[in-house]
Amino acid sequence: MIRNLVDYVDERLGVSPGARKLLRYIFPDHWSFLLGEIALYAFIVLVGTGVFMSLYYVPSDAEAVYRGAYEPLRGLTMTESYLSTVNLSLEVPAGLLMRQTHHWAANLMIIAIVLHLLRILLTGAFRKPREINYLVGVTLLALTVLEGFVGYSMPDDLFSGIGLVISYGVALSIPVFGADLAFLIWGAEYPGSSDFFPRLYIVHVLIVPVAIAGLIGMHMAMIMRQHHAQFPSKLATERNVVGYPMWPGYALKAGGLMFLTAAVLFLLGGLVQINPIWQWGPYEPYLASNGAQPDWYLGWLLGSLRLMPALEIQLGDLTLVPNAFWGGLVFPTITFMLMYAWPWIDRRWFGDRDKHDLLDSPRDNPRRTAIVISYFAWVLIIFIAGSIDRLYLSSTVPYEAQVWFLRIAVIVLPFVVYFATKRLCEELSAREPRPLRGWTGKVVRRTPAGGFETVELDEGVPAVDGANGRNGGPVVKEEAGAGEGARGS
Amino acid sequence: MSSPTEGASETHDREAGSKRGAENLVLLSLAAATLAAVAFGVLVIVLPDTQLLGLALGGSLALLGVAAVVAGQKIVPQEIAIEERTDFGERQPASEVVEMVRDAERGVSRRRLLVGAAGASGAALGAAALVPAVALGPKVGETIAQTPWSRGRRVVDSQDRPITADDVQVGAMLSGFPEGASRREFGASIVIVKVPPGELEISARMRADAPEGVLAFSKICPHAGCAVAIYRHPLYEPTTERPALVCPCHYSTFDVRRGGTLEFGPAGRDLPQLPLELNAARELVATGDFVGQIGPSYLGVRK
Repeated sequence: MIRNLVDYVDERLGVSPGARKLLRYIFPDHWSFLLGEIALYAFIVLVGTGVFMSLYYVPSDAEAVYRGAYEPLRGLTMTESYLSTVNLSLEVPAGLLMRQTHHWAANLMIIAIVLHLLRILLTGAFRKPREINYLVGVTLLALTVLEGFVGYSMPDDLFSGIGLVISYGVALSIPVFGADLAFLIWGAEYPGSSDFFPRLYIVHVLIVPVAIAGLIGMHMAMIMRQHHAQFPSKLATERNVVGYPMWPGYALKAGGLMFLTAAVLFLLGGLVQINPIWQWGPYEPYLASNGAQPDWYLGWLLGSLRLMPALEIQLGDLTLVPNAFWGGLVFPTITFMLMYAWPWIDRRWFGDRDKHDLLDSPRDNPRRTAIVISYFAWVLIIFIAGSIDRLYLSSTVPYEAQVWFLRIAVIVLPFVVYFATKRLCEELSAREPRPLRGWTGKVVRRTPAGGFETVELDEGVPAVDGANGRNGGPVVKEEAGAGEGARGS
Repeated sequence: MSSPTEGASETHDREAGSKRGAENLVLLSLAAATLAAVAFGVLVIVLPDTQLLGLALGGSLALLGVAAVVAGQKIVPQEIAIEERTDFGERQPASEVVEMVRDAERGVSRRRLLVGAAGASGAALGAAALVPAVALGPKVGETIAQTPWSRGRRVVDSQDRPITADDVQVGAMLSGFPEGASRREFGASIVIVKVPPGELEISARMRADAPEGVLAFSKICPHAGCAVAIYRHPLYEPTTERPALVCPCHYSTFDVRRGGTLEFGPAGRDLPQLPLELNAARELVATGDFVGQIGPSYLGVRK
């Protein structure tokens, strides 16, 4: 049957040379290479659950009275957006499962991308020849965060409305054309225009997801064209790629990972509540609540708005640049510009313009590791400032003092983290026996006569590669060259 | 998608071990996955309970995942392959491509003019395509500054009952709305607090707008538009801070005794005050619009 099918397609499209290469495509193996895959699988779950929800969601600010099953909301006037999302959650069979799974999948996709980015930065995988793909990846992160925010805004519950009003305030704050831009996006003042929810909807279900899918396609096409980078080992050098062929083992394992990712997400969606919008109630401009938190991936923006001191550019009593501009736009722009520019900064800093298909271990390049970690620490402190609402008001330390502490930490801590990480990497790489680089030395062994002899080993010791024969893994029978070549140039 | 590698790949087969146990495990997982999938279908129709549905669907997917991973790791042949990488630059000299592109210029006398004209028309067309975007929103104009408040409007609570001066207690905060207007508007909601008149540190004009020490402010934070929903009132003043209205989003803090002036946080302006008076029934009545613009700041807003 397979033969007939392959023949049928091949006679018409001539695909077998390509298919042969695809089936033999080689994946180097390391657990950290799976982070990007997990993000992809989360995206697939998002598309599936999202299609389901799009059949029920009504993007409209038309007012309606709730007459559904949930007693506390009964008789309340609310928008169709909110009403339809409550009904999707509480009345549609499997609706809540799909919605919660969708929300968990969005969280997983973004955390997987962030960890993937961290891996890429720490191992130097962004270097030539992979700079273009790195830019695509950073763009994917930006689009995913945007998509998450738009999706979170659609139900028009209290928290989504607060998020929208803050983004409206940030848009207004843009110098020169901010107010006009905000009116273009929101269709008028927010809240107020009935054009706005249909716009959110089409951005969330068509424009951004299509862009994300297209960029994912580009990302993977470029990976296949260049092959994965790989960690140095006894076999892996700058000139080759060592790993598992796509078919059959890797495809089955990757498919298994996809099912397992989906399984975790559906189990979370079924068993662990997330964003119970019927409890928040509909958005009203006059309501807000302490402890109202956006999804975690927006915490860094909330934090930057909070930590910014009251600084505005004013001419007399005329406002020129409102405060929200700094935390809401300047900060994320700097954050992403640093990310985008990193391959070129790194290149200048280390004067390294060579191609690299072998990855660095983070400890091998203490300065790069230190700067990457301190960059993440910088964003993390600001993220923390956005996430400790309960602490701000419930601790005995006044929140003003906490905010001042965090303002200082944002400036000081990255330097501390830089020097601590650099020192740690240096210590680690000084102590490590470096099994990856081969080993030369002397071996003492017993002679047949009963004495001892010393043998010089300058060819390296076989079978120190982690993948070789351990854990029931495959055995490479062939003797390969010593480890020296592994470092390349 | 093509592999960049032309070099031969070497493979190393693993000795075939006993696969029977693994095959049994895969079969068992697949059977259980099938059952769980069927259970999901039945549950959707019979008992659409979110937890059970999640268990059934998640369980089915987990079992499929286990089956696939076990099959990939224990049943199918295992091998590690090695392939040479290709150096793209060497394989296809870029200069050849440049030559091919340049070929188009042969015999063209006014190349710059033509390219320039094409660029200009492209830019014009692109700009023309963007112009309809202007229709997405109205002109900012005056609408953004308008509020439903005017002289003589009574202040009502969320149940549309008029609020009297006696409803407002020192240390408590009330939300108020203009009688008979939509509450979904930024300019509508106000927050009402009471400060003993002797403690007020405000100008005579603001004092006149606060009968018996009852102060009303716009509830929309002038920083980013959240509702100023927290009233921080000291239990024992010598050891704690002054009474203040706090925005829970970014912690802009407005000193109530000083008439809503910014004390801490990112806001660039003070809370706009709504001038009040009391009518014969001691109900709160606006005597005009807010003093100062409500809502988040933008270019040109006056302090």
